[in-house]
Amino acid sequence: MFQYIARRVTLAVPVLVGILFVTFALARKLPGDPCRAVLGERATDIICDEFIRRNGLDQPILWQFWIYFKQIVIEHDLGVSFRFGRPVSEIIVERLPVTIELALAAMIFATILGILFGVISAYWHNSTVDVLVMVGANIGVSLPIFVLGLLLQYVFALVLKDSFLQLPPSGRLTSGVTNPPFFEVWGWDLSPESAGFFFFSLIANLNFINALLTGNWTALGDAFKHMLLPAIAVGTIPLAIVARITRSSLLEVLSLDYIRTARAKGLAEMGVVFGHGLSNAMLPVVTILGLQLGSLLSGAVLTETIFNLAGLGRTLFEAITARDYIIVQGVTLIVAVGFVVINLIVDISYAFLDPRIRLS
Amino acid sequence: MAAESIPLTVPPIVRTKEPTSLYRDAIRHLLQKRSAVVGMLILLALTLIAVFAPLIAPYDPEQQLIGIEPGIKKRSAPCIHLLGCSTDRPQHIFGVDANFRDFFSRVVYGSRLSLQVGFASVTFAIVVGTLLGAVAGFVGGWLDNVIMRLMDVLLAFPALILAIAIVTVLGPGLINALIAIGIVTIPAYARVIRSSVLSVKEQDFILADRALGVPPPRILFRDILPNSITPLIVQGTLGIGTAIVEVAALSFLGLGAQPPTPEWGLMVSAERNQIFTAPHLVFIPGVAIALVVLGFNLLGDGLQDALNPRLNRR
Repeated sequence: MFQYIARRVTLAVPVLVGILFVTFALARKLPGDPCRAVLGERATDIICDEFIRRNGLDQPILWQFWIYFKQIVIEHDLGVSFRFGRPVSEIIVERLPVTIELALAAMIFATILGILFGVISAYWHNSTVDVLVMVGANIGVSLPIFVLGLLLQYVFALVLKDSFLQLPPSGRLTSGVTNPPFFEVWGWDLSPESAGFFFFSLIANLNFINALLTGNWTALGDAFKHMLLPAIAVGTIPLAIVARITRSSLLEVLSLDYIRTARAKGLAEMGVVFGHGLSNAMLPVVTILGLQLGSLLSGAVLTETIFNLAGLGRTLFEAITARDYIIVQGVTLIVAVGFVVINLIVDISYAFLDPRIRLS
Repeated sequence: MAAESIPLTVPPIVRTKEPTSLYRDAIRHLLQKRSAVVGMLILLALTLIAVFAPLIAPYDPEQQLIGIEPGIKKRSAPCIHLLGCSTDRPQHIFGVDANFRDFFSRVVYGSRLSLQVGFASVTFAIVVGTLLGAVAGFVGGWLDNVIMRLMDVLLAFPALILAIAIVTVLGPGLINALIAIGIVTIPAYARVIRSSVLSVKEQDFILADRALGVPPPRILFRDILPNSITPLIVQGTLGIGTAIVEVAALSFLGLGAQPPTPEWGLMVSAERNQIFTAPHLVFIPGVAIALVVLGFNLLGDGLQDALNPRLNRR
């Protein structure tokens, strides 16, 4: 097992360096003049020369990459945004939690309902319910996220307006509802420069966790309401995929001999399906869940745009269009590294669940 | 001798079943699958609409009707004569958009772009991906390692985010958007082809080729690739649907087709702030995208089952 983990981690290193180079090269290749994009059209040549020199943009590109590499890997410094004049790490601390919340909520929605629908569909397979679920899954996979997002807004904010099902179409919290960071509520004295502040801010920006920690039930309910529609929009495609995989995997398992044995020895039907069947049908589902993370993050860009959430996806999109190199690099890096690490965890947990993999 | 007295009977050759080829079998199985047939019908209809767009669309999709048609109102609701819309008013089946253009004509012409974009992007990805995957699998060694690690790097980015970055470098536009989506999907095809080349490569008929001294490129292109193509067909069909959605998503973000192109993603994006006042302008192109993708998904799933000879069929 240890050997397997070591091999997987070693394999990830060149990929991480590659990611670093790709983000760096892409950001430098963005068309247009970064100086005038940041300082405005009226910046003079002298000001621009100074800007370029100060940011090292006049050095050869490989040298720039080396400096960048050193800065990130050794000094753990993501740089300062041209546009906002703030450290990129600060912007990430502010916005990463929004995307994490969205991705987790979507994942929970997709996993629970996906497995449930998959089990129902497999258990009563070829019945009307099965056909309905599978037709629904096909439509769910085919609906573009941005169309689904707009449709949800339309239905839950306009059609169901003034009913108890009405949901807010955008934002994270209703204006007026506040969710002060837990460390302020608890009266901790943290210096804004300390690593602790950095870390605790990251956690405090997770609305749900923070509201739970401070017992702020109004904010918790409000955050939940705001999260529902975006989570459904992002989670629908993974939901449909999970349902299909669960169905086919469980169908295969339920036809095996040991299931018949379990039934023959008089086990309750629930125990057979969930205890014996589902637990052995979960492997492909776990893999698919891991693979869906990339599409979840892609979906986050569109969903955050539609639902007006200041998350990482929208930050990245805005930074690219504004040619803010440093943010583009920093955010893409965090996203890609996070993605690689999560895939690594999925691979390892998969090997943990199935001994055949770590031995091959 | 006794044995000679027994009449020699040769049992007649009984053919229980005509021999069939994999592809004929596949087509037969495909036609038996209801969902695949539905998918094919959707795609057939859309292809016909795309081909005959100039005959179906009553107006030029980019023509602004203000000044041409008296009393036209922007973002007006659909007016269909058959459904009781007064016949004095000109018919606009899907209504009129914010720039006084007939929305039905725009949606009809959009089918052309969508299908073209899907095919072009997937063709690009298949050509490049096949070459990379085939070379990696066939040559092996360090070249295989370099190519596949490169593919890993591409896969490490969420698809849409990498595509956004590529389009920004190339410049916004429909062609660049489809190239970006093509690049992002290359690894999927490279992996599929590589694994299937790896398995074909070890078979006896390839060893025979090598023993006969057939030049390696010829082995690769004449013998290995044609035998590795099946998984590519499935992947490609499903890929067209994905490519169409992603290009539409780029257009939605303003990085793909530019106005006044009648592209569905762009049409959704243009009116998205009017969703509460003129929802038809958002949802009609949205449903059109979903329909096209549904068609390719259903057909792709059907092909996957039909081309899998190991699948146990009843």
